[in-house]
Amino acid sequence: MNDTWLTVVLVGALTVALKATGPLVLGGREVPARVAGAVELLAPSLLAALVVTQAVGADGGLALDERLVGVGVAAVAVRFRAPLIVVIVLAAVSTALMRLAL
Amino acid sequence: MTTSRSYRDGARAVAALTPAALSFGAAFGVLAESAGMGTFAPIVMSATTFAGAAQFAAASVLDEGGSVIAAVAAAVLLNARYGAVSIAVASAFRGARLRRLLESQLIVDESWAVAQVGGGRIDRRLLVGAGLLLFPFWVGGTALGVLFGDVLGDPEQLGLDAAFPALFLALLAGQLASRRAVFAALAGAAIALVLLPLTPPGVPVIAASAVCLAGVRPR
Repeated sequence: MNDTWLTVVLVGALTVALKATGPLVLGGREVPARVAGAVELLAPSLLAALVVTQAVGADGGLALDERLVGVGVAAVAVRFRAPLIVVIVLAAVSTALMRLAL
Repeated sequence: MTTSRSYRDGARAVAALTPAALSFGAAFGVLAESAGMGTFAPIVMSATTFAGAAQFAAASVLDEGGSVIAAVAAAVLLNARYGAVSIAVASAFRGARLRRLLESQLIVDESWAVAQVGGGRIDRRLLVGAGLLLFPFWVGGTALGVLFGDVLGDPEQLGLDAAFPALFLALLAGQLASRRAVFAALAGAAIALVLLPLTPPGVPVIAASAVCLAGVRPR
């Protein structure tokens, strides 16, 4: 097997295993009460981290660019309870317009 | 009212992301092809790994002449968060083993995020519906990129890279119902921001999600 296929197979197998662990091993069982509090906090902590890494993350670490404008516009749209699709489209369009303008 | 969520609701929730999935799928295909990965391998990778950032990382390492070990390590580090997500969503998956295995492969950040129904619980149908819609756009985009190059244009020129943080921000807003949740979000964001310039990609998100361990109740 060449390097490309070896990488594809290893990354694929490990990712399948990472995603499947919970549903295969624990599937259907209720979360123990002690751990339920952690599961509850995973959504806000992970979502917040994804907002940060996707808004200002780049190859060398941090990059402040036009995405910030899009995320700012999205924040305003969220504030005014715009539907999800509107939030996403406004973010993309405003980012694209900023890139055109600069 | 809130009990009749369907696969279609899940698909609808991520419908606005399909252009981004297609376009970034194509961008991955273009990168993978220029990294010498050939025609078929990148498409197989999109179908089996189905995780954007990890695939870009692996292809970039190979493109720069890095080793297989370096490429796999970069990708696995970026996907390590799915270990935590997988355990957190486990109770929602039922039925035969094969079914649980297949449905679990539809876990991606976006499908997990739109499947949240409060209190850390997810609705399996929302997750599966969202994943099933995004999957063909991601894999099809990859095929387009490998076969025809950058015919779809640069996704960043279209602002599509801002679609993902916008989605996560909108869904985060719905999560901030308690002081504990607000604390977890602020801590997660701060940790990610501090670690971004210091650590390899993937580490900031894992470290930030470890904040949730503060929610474990003492015996």
